[in-house]
Amino acid sequence: MRQLTICTLAFTGGFVIMSIELLGGRILSPYFGSSVYVWGSIITVFMLSLSAGYLIGGRLSLYKPSIRRFATLFFVAGVLLYPLVHYGEELMRFVFERIEDPRYGSLTAALLMFLPPTIVLGMISPYSVSLLVTDVSKSGSIAGYLYFISTLGSAIGTLLTSFYLVLWFDIDFILTGLTGILLVCAALAATLHWGEE
Amino acid sequence: MKHTASASGIILFLLCISPVFSLVGAPKVVHSERSLYRNILVTEEYSRRCLQFSVKRDQRSQSCINLNYPKQMVFSYTKMMMASLLLNSTPKRILIIGLGGGTLPMALSQLLPESEITAVEIDAAVVKVAEDFFRFRKSKSVVVEVQDARVFGKRAALKKLKYDLIMLDAYNGDYIPEHLLTREYLEECKKLLSDNGVLVANTFSISRLYHYESATYAAVFRNMFNLKSNTSSNRIIIASMQNLPSLQEMQETAKALKARLKPYDIPIHRYPKRLNSRPDWDTNTEPLTDQYSPANLLNAR
Repeated sequence: MRQLTICTLAFTGGFVIMSIELLGGRILSPYFGSSVYVWGSIITVFMLSLSAGYLIGGRLSLYKPSIRRFATLFFVAGVLLYPLVHYGEELMRFVFERIEDPRYGSLTAALLMFLPPTIVLGMISPYSVSLLVTDVSKSGSIAGYLYFISTLGSAIGTLLTSFYLVLWFDIDFILTGLTGILLVCAALAATLHWGEE
Repeated sequence: MKHTASASGIILFLLCISPVFSLVGAPKVVHSERSLYRNILVTEEYSRRCLQFSVKRDQRSQSCINLNYPKQMVFSYTKMMMASLLLNSTPKRILIIGLGGGTLPMALSQLLPESEITAVEIDAAVVKVAEDFFRFRKSKSVVVEVQDARVFGKRAALKKLKYDLIMLDAYNGDYIPEHLLTREYLEECKKLLSDNGVLVANTFSISRLYHYESATYAAVFRNMFNLKSNTSSNRIIIASMQNLPSLQEMQETAKALKARLKPYDIPIHRYPKRLNSRPDWDTNTEPLTDQYSPANLLNAR
């Protein structure tokens, strides 16, 4: 049960990351266009956030890794994501009025909007590994399996968002839904924590 | 081993016959390049030189010129866009979104030498091709801005720039820039229009997108005409900040313009009767917005 829940949560983390990244292009385009550099900004920011998240998540897992902290990661990611729905537009306008070059404008806006939630989402994978590894000799295999699960989640998040979600819903509705999913994940992890206590 | 031999035979055969196929009915490619945004292809057949944004043979051309009569407009949609002159025949400041071969800015600068024209094109390579192959010329009164049209529009609004005529021609071909087909974008364009400003847009008319697109324009512009082609699936929207002119007024304007537009092969006298202000789309359709703009997905259906 524990393993299944952690894998499901790692999958969902991957799903949410790529869904946000894909929506990022849509969110930035009214202010910075849809030129290739806008995608360059978004991808740079996501790669930076994930690399920082992997590093911090890995470090964090050294200190008494617990399901409770794991639940907190999802909660914090949700809390950091949701403000985009209400303040994203104002933030982009703020940047647009101050930075004329759309390359650096889009990079700054993407940093301010997507860096905080994505760093936390990046912490999920290494933290999942530490929760699942009990035998050091199997750590490589478990890490590989978790990369597989979370990257599969990313692939499905990309596909579902670009093919269907943008056709069915508003961007804000999808962002709210992703926040809801992260909070449900937090609750699921918390339940597992209480079950184990 | 036997399989390898037969496979090589087939490949050899295909190699031998491929030049035959490529010669049959194919226009000559005079220039091709891969830009940051697309494949650019310039083809030539008889006296017609065309700009294409795809290597697909059946791809609709973006822009064509008749090399023997370079003033003549080739496409009906380009001619139809000039029907916007029926609503304001002397625009001083003109903004054109999407350069293509530069047909519209060249024609307008010749017809209205007093006007100041700004063309916005996202792809620098398209500007170069327009100059090298389609006789497009930048000048003091014809300026090109290489940038995203949405960014240009927002900056222009901050500078409080106004235009008497805005031409949206950025949606040709396979791909629609979705952020240029939303209620918010059209509202930004509306803010750029002068008191007697006119906006004309080349649009899609065959897919489900027709209803969404029409609803989006109607949500922003109270006064607009539809102009459909008799021979193709083109549809032009002409929206005005002022009340729409009567048929008689437009016929009088057309009469005055007819001789000047003749060298461009624009049948301006035929347009007044074809301009229709009655909605022929599903008026219950919601407009496209920055929040919901799956224009390409809707166009594919």
